[in-house]
Amino acid sequence: MEPTTPSQTVGPYLHIGLPWPDGPYALREGAPGGVWLRGTVTDGAGAPVPDALIETWQADPEGRFDHPDDPRGAVRRDGFRGFGRCPTDDEGRWAVYTLKPGPVPGPAGSAASAGPSGPSGRPVLQAPHIDVSVFARGMLHRTVTRVYFPDEEEANGRDPVLSSIAAPQERATLVASATEDGYRFDIRLQGEGETVFFDI
Amino acid sequence: MGQETAAGRDASAEADAPQGRDASAVWGYRRDPGVHPPLDYPGYRSTALRHPQRPLKVLPHLLTEVTGPLLGEDRIGPLDHDLTRGHDGEPQGQRITVQGRVLDADGRPVPHTLVEIWQANAGGRYRHKGDNWPCPLDPNFTGVGRTVTDAEGRYSFTTVRPGAYPWKNHDNAWRPAHIHFSLFGRAFTQRLVTQMYFPGDPLFFQDPMWNSIPDPQARERLVARYDHALTQPEWALAYTWDIVLRGRESTVFEHELALEDDD
Ligand SMILES: [Fe+2]
Repeated sequence: MEPTTPSQTVGPYLHIGLPWPDGPYALREGAPGGVWLRGTVTDGAGAPVPDALIETWQADPEGRFDHPDDPRGAVRRDGFRGFGRCPTDDEGRWAVYTLKPGPVPGPAGSAASAGPSGPSGRPVLQAPHIDVSVFARGMLHRTVTRVYFPDEEEANGRDPVLSSIAAPQERATLVASATEDGYRFDIRLQGEGETVFFDI
Repeated sequence: MGQETAAGRDASAEADAPQGRDASAVWGYRRDPGVHPPLDYPGYRSTALRHPQRPLKVLPHLLTEVTGPLLGEDRIGPLDHDLTRGHDGEPQGQRITVQGRVLDADGRPVPHTLVEIWQANAGGRYRHKGDNWPCPLDPNFTGVGRTVTDAEGRYSFTTVRPGAYPWKNHDNAWRPAHIHFSLFGRAFTQRLVTQMYFPGDPLFFQDPMWNSIPDPQARERLVARYDHALTQPEWALAYTWDIVLRGRESTVFEHELALEDDD
């Protein structure tokens, strides 16, 4: 087995190499049915983080991925990349234009977990979600979080990842709020209202 | 390789198959604890307000985590792998090539995957509004490159050797010469952003980025090797650097619903 290559920070000059003109468009610019997912990144003092980069990855509205490792097969949807990338601006703001994802199969039921599906092996659905990476100066490794949706209360309640987080105020950091043109998902790197981050 | 692809393995599986081979039975990726720097590292002052204080929660590798964007040729132009071109003239500095392979931890090549780089010019200055130290910009150098690995996971860039540059983290602080690298692999889980260094750099000892990597042997994995066999006579010095992304779990893993807290 080969040992893996360690991570290093993107540093303060990430804007030279990482942003793309079409980066924020996980769904092609102008394509109908899209929503804007917007947010602000703030640090432990509540100050905006102007040198961060947000990346998003998600299923399409049918819960499918354009990827061969999905055992259900790859599904390509015209104009939809599923991947968004946006640097933060001077006020720490970022935005990604995308489609709201559908529910995605989750872990198989098991005796230990006996959810709605019981031990039959039938997968428990995960609520619609978007995986997010946060890169920034001052972060030696990316952090990972997940966006859930405010209009999916029932599915969120059954979601195996979300419901594994015991404290309601921590769970709440993963649920976006509705806005006029989509959803808002603020990311607090530290302190009061700190976003839940995952070890992936 | 003796390992089926996920697509081949499960092409006929149904999402509601009675057990096992369903959409929930996906190969996860092996975690690599101890390899990466901690998010809280006082030696790098900017981590102080930018690291989470609560322990990370373990995220199982489900469909969103074992898939990822497969970005390829459509993201790159014909000259994007050569940072010495695309300007009116040639940049100042020592011309070099940097090449190697992108592999996973099982030694399998990662083919057709996007590799992005950015760097300072030969004097150590970035073409960035935030970099104002007294070192000239080079009108013939922007410092950004992209390529896609070939079927064997190989990549290659032509550029100039970047200079060291000062920063304000500590007294008389200088970053060792480095090139920033960004890699996707084939899954969200494999995403990696890192920096490549040059052998024998005298600045490592005082560099918190370098020292933040807990295992000294792991630090060495960020150092390219001078490669005389690939050095081109009267043209460019060659540096070879292989990048290893996380590998797959060896067996299909039936996820338990109960997640564990990391604490
Ligand atoms: Fe740098």
